[in-house]
Order: sequence, then C-alpha cells, then structure tokens
Amino acid sequence: MLAFSLKSVAASAAIALASALPAGAVDLQFYFPVAVGGGAANTIQSLTDEYLAAHPDVKIDAIYSGSYQDTITKVITAARGGNAPQLSVALSVDMFTLIEEDMIVPFDDYLTSDEDKAWLAGFYPAFMENSQTGGKTWGIPFQRSTPVLYWNKQAFAEAGLDPETPPATWEEMVEMGQKLTKKDANGNVTQWGVRIPTSGFPYWLFQGLTTQNDVIVANNEGNKTNFDDPKVVEALQYLVDLSGKYGVMEPGIVEWGATPKAFFEGQTAMMWTTTGNLTNVRTNAPFDFGVAMLPAGKRRGAPTGGGNFYLFKGTSDAQMRAAVDFIQWITAPTQSAKWTMATGYVAPRPETWETDTMKAYAAEFPPVLVARDQLEFAVAELSTYENQRVTQIFNDALAAAITGQKDAATALKDAQAQAEAILKTYR
Amino acid sequence: MSRRHWIQAWLLLLPAMVFLIAFTHVPAVTTIWNSFFSTPRGRRPSVFVGLDNYERLVADPVFWKVLGNNLWFALGTIPISILLAIVMALFVNRQFRARGLVRMAYFTPTVLPLIAVANIWLFFYTPGFGLIDQILGWLGFGQTNLLGSPDTALPALMAVTIWKEAGFFMIFYLAALQSIPPSLTEAARIEGAGSWRIFWQITFPLMMPTTLFVSVNAVINSFRMVDHIFILTGGGPDNASSLLLYYIYETSFRYWDTSYGATLTVVMIALLCLIAIGQVFFLDRKVHYK
Amino acid sequence: MTGFDRHLQTFGALILAALWVLPLAYAIWTAIHPAAYEAHFVLNAPLTTDNFVKAWNAAPFARYFLNTFVLVTAILAAQFILCTLAAYAFARYRFPGRGFLFFLVLLQLLVMPDILIVENYRMIHSLGLVDTITAIGLPYAASGFGIFLIRQTFLTIPTELDDAARIEGAGPLTILWRVYVPLARPTYLAYGLVSVSHHWNNFLWPLIVTNSVETRPVTVGLSIFSTIDAGVEWSVINAATLMTSGPLLIGFLLFQRQFVQSFMRAGIK
Repeated sequence: MLAFSLKSVAASAAIALASALPAGAVDLQFYFPVAVGGGAANTIQSLTDEYLAAHPDVKIDAIYSGSYQDTITKVITAARGGNAPQLSVALSVDMFTLIEEDMIVPFDDYLTSDEDKAWLAGFYPAFMENSQTGGKTWGIPFQRSTPVLYWNKQAFAEAGLDPETPPATWEEMVEMGQKLTKKDANGNVTQWGVRIPTSGFPYWLFQGLTTQNDVIVANNEGNKTNFDDPKVVEALQYLVDLSGKYGVMEPGIVEWGATPKAFFEGQTAMMWTTTGNLTNVRTNAPFDFGVAMLPAGKRRGAPTGGGNFYLFKGTSDAQMRAAVDFIQWITAPTQSAKWTMATGYVAPRPETWETDTMKAYAAEFPPVLVARDQLEFAVAELSTYENQRVTQIFNDALAAAITGQKDAATALKDAQAQAEAILKTYR
Repeated sequence: MSRRHWIQAWLLLLPAMVFLIAFTHVPAVTTIWNSFFSTPRGRRPSVFVGLDNYERLVADPVFWKVLGNNLWFALGTIPISILLAIVMALFVNRQFRARGLVRMAYFTPTVLPLIAVANIWLFFYTPGFGLIDQILGWLGFGQTNLLGSPDTALPALMAVTIWKEAGFFMIFYLAALQSIPPSLTEAARIEGAGSWRIFWQITFPLMMPTTLFVSVNAVINSFRMVDHIFILTGGGPDNASSLLLYYIYETSFRYWDTSYGATLTVVMIALLCLIAIGQVFFLDRKVHYK
Repeated sequence: MTGFDRHLQTFGALILAALWVLPLAYAIWTAIHPAAYEAHFVLNAPLTTDNFVKAWNAAPFARYFLNTFVLVTAILAAQFILCTLAAYAFARYRFPGRGFLFFLVLLQLLVMPDILIVENYRMIHSLGLVDTITAIGLPYAASGFGIFLIRQTFLTIPTELDDAARIEGAGPLTILWRVYVPLARPTYLAYGLVSVSHHWNNFLWPLIVTNSVETRPVTVGLSIFSTIDAGVEWSVINAATLMTSGPLLIGFLLFQRQFVQSFMRAGIK
C-alpha cells in the first residue's frame, strides 16, 4: 500500500514536471496600466504572446492592472505584502517614490555590455530626464506622451482665421481665441476659443505654460520645488486670465475626461491634451482638425508624460535578465512601431521612426510627427520625493487660483511652503 | 448556567469571531498602533513618534475641510434620502398602471454599480453639452460648471448619492408599508382621520424599525460611499468635494503615508462609534420591536 | 383618498420615476447609438450594436459576471451561516465574555473592512490567497451588522417556542434551524439585499486583491473603461454597464411582484 502510494506520488510528480516548462524556465509577473482605451491592453497582451512564442524558456504573466493610479496602488500594496511583480509599467514620475520605498532596482547592473549601453543611449533625452537620477537609470521609457494643441479647422475658417495656421504664441492664442469664442442671442457662450483641462492632474498641462515661460518647477534631484517663482505666478495668471480677463475659456475647473468630446461637439475650437488622444480624435472628430506644438511664450515647451518600465526588488538574477531582455525586445523598432500605431504614444527611440512602417504611417498621417518634433523642447514631468503629495499640493493651489479662491501669487506661495516642509528632509 | 451551555455558546460564536477578529479587530488594532509610529519608507524604518501624527492632524487644514465636508455630506444626504425613500414607497404602494415600471425605475440605482454610473452622471454635469446644460440652454440659461466650482461640487456629489440611496431604501420602506394591516388605516379613516394624520400617527411609527435599519445603513454609507468621487471630481477643486474615506485613501494609497492614514482612520472609527451609539440610543427608545 | 389626490400621487410617482431612470435611459441611448450621438438626442439617430461588440471584445464580461455571481453568492452563504450561529448564541445564551464579545461585534458594524485595506492585504497575503475569489470574500464572511440584525430578530421570538421544541427532544441546532431561521426570514431577505447590493458594487478591495480575469468582479472589469486619459467613451462604457447590469434589471422587472411580496409576506419589522 505504502509502495503503491509512493509510486503514484512519484508518477504524478513526473507528470507535473513533464507538463511544466522546460528546465530552468523563468517566471515573470508583469503589471501594466492602460490609459488610452480598451484596445491597448490587447496590444500588450499580443506582443507578450509573440515574445513568449519565441522564448519558450520564459513565462510572462502580463496583468492588466487598470489605470496608472490603480497600478501604482497595486504594485506598492503588493510589494509591501512581499509579493511584488518582477516587472511593471508605472508613471515615470513615480520614480522617486519607488526609490524611497526601496522597491525598485536600477537597470545599470544588467546593462553592462557596450551594446547595452549603446541601447540605453538610444532613447530621446527628454524621456530619460524622468528615468534617471543620481547617475543611475531606474526606468525605461515605454508608453510616453506629451501634450499638443488640436484645432478645429472648420471653426477657424468660420471665424475668418486661416484654417491652416494654429496659434504660435500666447498672444496669438488669446487673439484667435477671442475670435473663436461665439455667443448666442442671450449672450451665452456656445463655442469657447480654447480648452486647457484642469481637473485631476492640472499640473501637467500647466507645466506646458511654465516651461514656455522659461521656468522649471522642480529640480532634477526631486527635492526642491520652485512653485512661487514669479515666472510660475505669471504663467498661472495667464491661465486664470484665459477664462477671466480674456474670456476665451470656460470658467471653473475644466474636466479632462470630457475634453475630447467637447472638441468634437464644437464646444471649443482648440484643445490642449495628450498625443495619446490622436487616434481617438482622428476616428471621432466630425470636421477637419490640425495638430500643433503648444504655443510659445518666452520659448516653446511642454512636459513629457506617461509610463516607464521598472524592475522590482526581490527578483532573482535570472528573472532580472529575462525582464531586461523582454524590455529590450518590446522597445525595439518593430514592436515599438506597432505599439505607437495602436495607441498614439510617442515611440521613445529615434530608430523606431526610421522604420518603413513608421515612415509610411507618418506620411499618411503627418500629425503623429508633431509630438516627436516637440520633444526637442520638452522637459521632465514634475516629479519629486513624495511625488503624489507634492503634486497634489500644487494641484490644489492651481485649483484654488482657477476657481478664484486665492490669487495666483498667494496660492503658489502657500503651496511652496507646504512642499518645502515635506521636501527639506530629502536634501 | 452549566459549563456545557457556555461551551455550546462559544462554539456557536467561534466561526464568526475568528473572521471578525482576523479581518477587523486585529487590523484595527494594528492601525491604532501604527498611528503612533512614523511611516516606514524603504530606506527609513518606522520609529515611535508618540502623538506627532495627531498633532499634525490637528494642524492639517485639509483634514478639517474634509471632516466638515463629510458632516455636510451626511446631513445633506441622509434625511433627504430617507424622506424620498418613504415618499417613493408610498407612491408605489398603491395600485396604478405602470407600477411595475415605476418600481423598476426606483430600483435602478441598486443594480447599477456606482463606479459605472458615475460616468453617466459625469455626462449630466458636463458644462456645455451635458444634459443639465442642454436643458438649461433650451430655457435660455447659460453654461454651468457644477463639478468645477467649489460651491457646487459637493452638492453635485450629494445628488448622486441621494439618487443611489433613496432608490435602495425605498425597497425596505415598501416592504414595511405592505406589512401594515390595511385594517389599521381603514379604522382610522372611519374615525375621520386625514391621510396626513394617518401617516404620522399610524404608518410612520409602525415603520420605525425600518427607519432604524435604514438610518444605520445610511450613516455607514455616508462615510463609505466614495467610488463616485474618483470619477466625478477627484475630491476637487481644492478639496471642496473630498470626504474622509477618500482622504484616507489618498493619504494611504497615493501618498503612501500609511501612519497618517492610520491616524485619520482612528478619527473615522471614533466618529462612527459616537454617531452610531447616539443613534441606537436615541432611536432604540422609540422603536417597538414586536 | 380623493380622485385628485390619487392622480397627484401617480403624477408624482411618474416624475420621480423619470428622474430616477434617467441614468439608465441615458446608458441605453448611448449604448445603442454611435458615439457621435452621445450628446445629441435626435429621434432619427442611427442604431448600432457596435458598442456592445467593442465592449464585449475589450474584456471578458461573461467571466467577470460569473466571478461576481460566485463572489456574492459565497459571501451571502457564509454570512448567513456564521451570523445565524453567532446571533443565536447572543440571543439565547448567557455565558462569560458575552458582553465583551458583543461589543466586538458592534465594533465591526462600524469599522468596516473597507477602511482596513492595507492591513487586510497583508493578512490575505500571509494566507497565500492573493488573487482568489476567496480573498475578496473572506474579510466579509462574518458581518457585525448581520449578527446584530439577526440577533435583534431572534430576541423577539418567544422562548416558549424553544421550550416546546426542547421538550420534544430537539437539540440547539435543530431548534435554530426549525424555529428561529424560518421566523426570521424577512430579516434574512432584508439583510441579503444589503449584502448583495454592497458586494455587487464593491470596487476598491477587489481591485487591490485580484490580478487576473479569472477572479476580477464586474466593477473592476468595468473600471477598464473608466480610465480616462483619452477621454470618456460613454457609448462603450455604458454598453458594458448594461451588459453586466441588464440581467439583474430584467430579473427585477419580471419578478418584482414576487420579490416585494416575499418581503411583505413576512414583513420586515
């Protein structure tokens, strides 16, 4: 009896081994957020499947983890529970938080050959700003974006403006906006000139304005903010004036999620939003539209945004190497081109833009190049230690100024004081 | 009572207590415990800080703001939800055509998850082309921005909550109404009492246990229902529509300041205890369990 | 009641019904029309099933629905059993520690697992249950509210019934099952509705504790479409909402009479 059961245990173990993966198989858990609609998740899944088909010794469990916020919540909760994934895409601005939590490891240890170093140097520098600190690389750019200006050519023509010329400067945006703002017989606005969404994460688009006003809102070490700089105040005053003094934008907080729809509905003739919306606008705008770089103030400028790959602690060496290999594969030109065309994210490596598929795509739909060209003027998205709290302080200050509860200078001064209290411990 | 009797009682309690203790009391105690420590960050271990977190709480303007918001939210949603629930139940407790459809209409909030329905309300509130603004537009009014203004953001959230809660509570009142013997109201009518008097002197007192049940639920929900905030306002503008649990979520799961989150949770626990004790004490004396 | 009164009430009922059904009506409108008609309510808008197809292809809603169904059923069953046993002990036994234990139960009525997510995740992880439907349900398996409610009902049942059953030789569990549970049916119904509604809606905890299609409930599945970096796609979100809530709504429409009657027959008091 005993012999029999031992035999059956041995037999079932053998079956289990045989049906399992080849010897030395590497298991990876990979969390990814999606912020651009349902199809993107399927693209990642199919790319992962493609990789797995070519690498039978690796098993990647790709887990769609909701929005960026859901993902970071999940990753940190899991890591604190001792159950971190090996690999995750998360916002590039979460870098300092993840470092501070001691949850991620830099890529440098696994990118030692000259070939690897050359690969690392092959990303757009603007994207690497949010991926490196203290001389180490903590993130690899993947689903990255930048805001651009979309304009309704039909509305421009109706307002007597040249439909092919978007505003190039702040002044032009106000002038054009005033011509584009339409009112009905009761004096109620039926079409606004411009729409810069300010709900949820207003700091991001606002960073467009600060960069154009030639000021950086936080240092590269992520431990000092610059919220009360007169140039930041000036930029905020411009934003407030758009709906106040100039009357070209809807007053109050402007909802991000409803912005593309407002554009399609003719509620606004211009909108600032992410390049990630390109496919959406192309499919749904019932009129001719154009895409341009954000207008210039003292200079051109825009923040970058979106997600990076991170490697998590508690991972074996073999897993790390497999993860790095997967990242190198998925950011390679062929895969990256597929991803960019499916989502509208900016391909993070110049070489991708040189592929025939991307060239053909850009020739057919030139607006995709605007974001890439704007990268030259782009700066890092606001990112500090205790990032979410510091940006929330900044967001609250912006909201207070936009809704008229505080004037721009006071709001930003208060925010700077609060941020200072948090960040001084990190210097 | 005999020892066997005790053991029986304990055995009956055992399974439930294991779960309660494992998933509520132990975590609650560790939460209180954690509120006396600093938040552990990967590179900086947690240290005992005494009452520092509580001092910070007292000095935190956002805390006072969300606390105030939550009290307004509770005061604004609970009575109106309950009142509307009673009115709705009275409406559909009679025979009339389309009663089934009307009941279903009142029931919709119960089956549509708040997280999904918040998107629909987002459309209603959207300035310009949203439903409310379209209707106002026909009437000749200009645009509103209900979610984007500090004065109206919280009331807008309250409206969604009332929609959700009143439809849900209606079911309980409807059941309560149907269990009141018609002979009671008939007798009162014969004695010449008007509808209004019948309601206040017979119907309402008989529904008191339901009111207790519903109001305990309503109080708990007014501190628990935050799903729609995620989609509608994110607590903005400038925390004008943030509630206590949402702030706890933000603090613990966005700022990862779990110690301060624990401190806020302790306040929430204390607050809920106070309210519920008061409520049970106050209502229990008026409720006649049969 | 005068005829005028009656009409006024019917009118009021219809007005409120129209207001209450508005979100559902809007969901249906957007789900069956192309996205361009999300904000244009014109009668000649073309009909389409594209939104349902899109939503269906974007996520395995049938599976999510099944997960939610299993979850809600399991929680309800666990709560009924555990709460009934505990409520019976509190209602009919005198034993040392009773006051303290009942205080612990009342505490859980307030300190819901919803606000103890970090600590509970740790617990679930140490049990090795992350990413299981069991993990979503466990913290809710016993409910202070349920115990309190059922106990209140049990207290109203005359002890003479116990005594009669005991004389016939019935043990405590038999008495509980034969006498108490049937008499408390309305309480079970009312509590069941609260529980089902709560877990049908619950979002945050399942979001954190699940990782895969096999375990995610509907709410978490639906949040896929609520990620709004590229703007809200009302038509697809609403199609998905309808697909997952539709069965319940239709069920209510068909069975509402029986549903309300079974509430009524016993009458919650």
